[in-house]
Amino acid sequence: MLGRVDATQAIAEMTEISPQVREVVVVGADGAVIGSNAATPERAQTLADGAGRLLAAADRDQPELAQLEASTTAGSVFVVRDGERVIAATTTPEPTVGLVFYDLKTCLRSIEAPKPKRRRRAAAGEEEADASA
Amino acid sequence: MPPRKVVTGVLLAAGSLAGSILVRRRAARRRERVDLYAADGSVRSFPEGTATADALLPLAHELLA
Repeated sequence: MLGRVDATQAIAEMTEISPQVREVVVVGADGAVIGSNAATPERAQTLADGAGRLLAAADRDQPELAQLEASTTAGSVFVVRDGERVIAATTTPEPTVGLVFYDLKTCLRSIEAPKPKRRRRAAAGEEEADASA
Repeated sequence: MPPRKVVTGVLLAAGSLAGSILVRRRAARRRERVDLYAADGSVRSFPEGTATADALLPLAHELLA
């Protein structure tokens, strides 16, 4: 992964090289799903909501939380925060923790930030309104 | 007691001890836990039974179901 790519492509590349990783979801600052390899959009949203709840619960015990791993006998859940974006993944049991964190961070950083919506007309309209006032 | 039997007994005892250590280590590794990583690189680990793990592990189980 050299250049910036879209979320779906970045997730596909990561799961190809990291077979321990099962489901991945990338969540934007507003909580919306940016990309996922989950089977359905509903499942992707469930993962996104779950990651948010895990972060909220963990924030109470760990100030300035950057990432977490919840390890169970059924597998692990990883959540990584980078700025305002979050990437979460489920893995097989007993994954290589360092490798999964590295892959998730690399994936998140390779994803192109969504372009801000153009508001030139609205801004121009506001300027006109300010001038007339 | 013949020395051969003593050696066999010692080897059996050593084998059992090594086996039990391996089983315990494996069981300890399989215990559920939550690891929280701060931005400064520090890590805090919460094994099952602690308040933090008991709050987060059910959420993880939901996602893994």
